[in-house]
Amino acid sequence: MIRYAMVIDTKLCIGCGDCVVACKTENKVPAGLNRDWVVEATTGTYPNLQTEFRSERCNHCTKPTCLYACPTAATYTWEDTNIVLVDPDRCTGCGACIAACPYDARLVMNEGYVSKCTFCHHRVEKGLDPACVASCPTKCMYFGVLDDPNSTVSRLLATREHKAMYEETGNEPQVYYLT
Amino acid sequence: MREEILITVRDNYKIDPTVSAWGWQVIADLFLVGLTAGALIFTALVILSRKEETFAFTAKRLPLIGLISIGMAMSFLFLKLTHKQVFYSFFLAFVPTSVMSWGAWLLQVVILSILLLALQGLRQGFPMLSGPVDKFGIGKWVLDLAEKIKRPVAWLSVVMGVIIAFYTGTLMTSLDARPFANSGLMAPLFLTSGLATAAAVVLLGSKGEIERRVYTYTLFGLLAFKIVLLALVLVNLASGSKVQIEAVQMVFGGEYTQLFWVIFFIPGLLLPLLIEAFGLRGKRSAWMAISPVLVLYGAYMLRQLFVDLGQISGYINYVNTYNPALIDLLRMH
Repeated sequence: MIRYAMVIDTKLCIGCGDCVVACKTENKVPAGLNRDWVVEATTGTYPNLQTEFRSERCNHCTKPTCLYACPTAATYTWEDTNIVLVDPDRCTGCGACIAACPYDARLVMNEGYVSKCTFCHHRVEKGLDPACVASCPTKCMYFGVLDDPNSTVSRLLATREHKAMYEETGNEPQVYYLT
Repeated sequence: MREEILITVRDNYKIDPTVSAWGWQVIADLFLVGLTAGALIFTALVILSRKEETFAFTAKRLPLIGLISIGMAMSFLFLKLTHKQVFYSFFLAFVPTSVMSWGAWLLQVVILSILLLALQGLRQGFPMLSGPVDKFGIGKWVLDLAEKIKRPVAWLSVVMGVIIAFYTGTLMTSLDARPFANSGLMAPLFLTSGLATAAAVVLLGSKGEIERRVYTYTLFGLLAFKIVLLALVLVNLASGSKVQIEAVQMVFGGEYTQLFWVIFFIPGLLLPLLIEAFGLRGKRSAWMAISPVLVLYGAYMLRQLFVDLGQISGYINYVNTYNPALIDLLRMH
C-alpha cells in the first residue's frame, strides 16, 4: 500500500480558512456542508494560554473503521493507497460509516449519499497537491508519500515533533500536525 | 482547561453539533428485531418440547406477531436510508468486516424462519386468516408443508433467534468510535431484552393459565438478568478507556442522569421487576397487565439510550457555537 500523508505545521497555520474555501471550490461542496474545517485549540490557564490552529479533514487512516463498517463496500481505497473514497452509486446512506468514524469526518450530501475528503485524488493522480495544500497562503500544509524517505512529509516527520489526532483509536490516521 | 472551537463553519447534516446518523428508525428496528428474536426462540422451544397445547399462544400466535415485527423493522430500516434508490447494494456484496452486512444477509434467513413458524400456527392461531389461504391449492400446500417441517424449522429458529439478537447488540459493540455503546456485553444484554420483550407480548396476549404462570417466572428471571447485565455494561464502561469513562459519566451525574435512571431504569426495568415479583406468589391480577407494557417501554428506551448516547459520546467534542462560559473556563485554576 502506498501511504499518502498530509503534514500541517501548527506553528505556521494562522487559521485563515483558505483551505476550507479551496476545498469547497475545487470539489463543488454544496453550501452548508464541509469536507474540511479549522479548529482553534486553546490550552492552559489564563494568562498562560497556548493556542494552535488545526486544519482538519478525513485522516485517510490506514486502518479505516469506516471502510470496515460499510455494509455495501461503497467505501473503498483508491487504487493501492490509503486514500479512502465513497462510491455514491453503492452508498445507501445507512450511516454505519458515520457512526464508525472517530473523527466525525463524514457528511451526508443533499442527494442522500455519504461523502468525505478525498485528498483530491483527481489532482493527486495528475501529480498535483490537494486543493487545500496548494492554496495555503502560509505554506503550512504539505502532502506526499510517507513511504518515500526523501519526500517532504517524511523529512518533516523525521525532524519535527508531531502528533496525529486520537491515535489511541488504532485507526492509524495519516494527517499529522507539527507542534 | 482545554477548549477546542471550530473557527470555520461546520454544520454538516446529521454530524453537527453531535452525530445523529441513526434516529428513531434504527431504534425501532433494533426493538422489533429483538421482539422477533424472542418470538423465534420461545416458539421454537415450545415446538421442540412438544408443549404446543399448553403454550398455545406462544406456539400458534406469537410467530405471526414476530413476522409482523420483522416486516415493520425492515420498513423502518428502509425509511432510514438517505439514499434509498440503491438499497439493493446491501445484497450486491458481503463485507465480512461489516456487522451490518452480516445482518443484511442473516435477516433473510430470520424472515424465512419466522414466516414458516407463523404459517405452521396459522390454522389454529388465526383460523380467520388461514381459511381463505386454505381455499387455494398452493395455499393449502404451503400450510401443510409448514406444519410438516415445523421441528427442523424450530431447530433453525432457536439458532437464528440467538444470532439475530446478538447481531443487534454486536452492531452497537462494533462501533469503537461510539464509546457509550462499545461494550462487549451489549450482545447478551440485547438478547435478554429481546426475550423479555417477547415474554411481555405473551403475557399481554395469552389466556392460558399455565402459560401465563410460566411466563411470569420467565419474565421475572429475564428482567433480573437484564438488570445484572446492564450493571455489568456500566461497570465495563466505567473501567474502560478514557473516552468510555467520560461516556458513562453522562449517566452518573452528567446531563443524561435523570433520563437514564428516572425515565428508563425505574419505570422500564425496576418497576416491572417488582410487579412480576407479586406474580410469583400465584395468580396474576388484572392490574399487573401494566408490567408487560412497561417491559416493552423499557426495551425500546434501552435501545434509544444506547443509540442516542452512543452517538453523542465520541472522541470529538468541538464547540461550534458561542460559549459564554469560555471566559470562566479560561480563568479556571
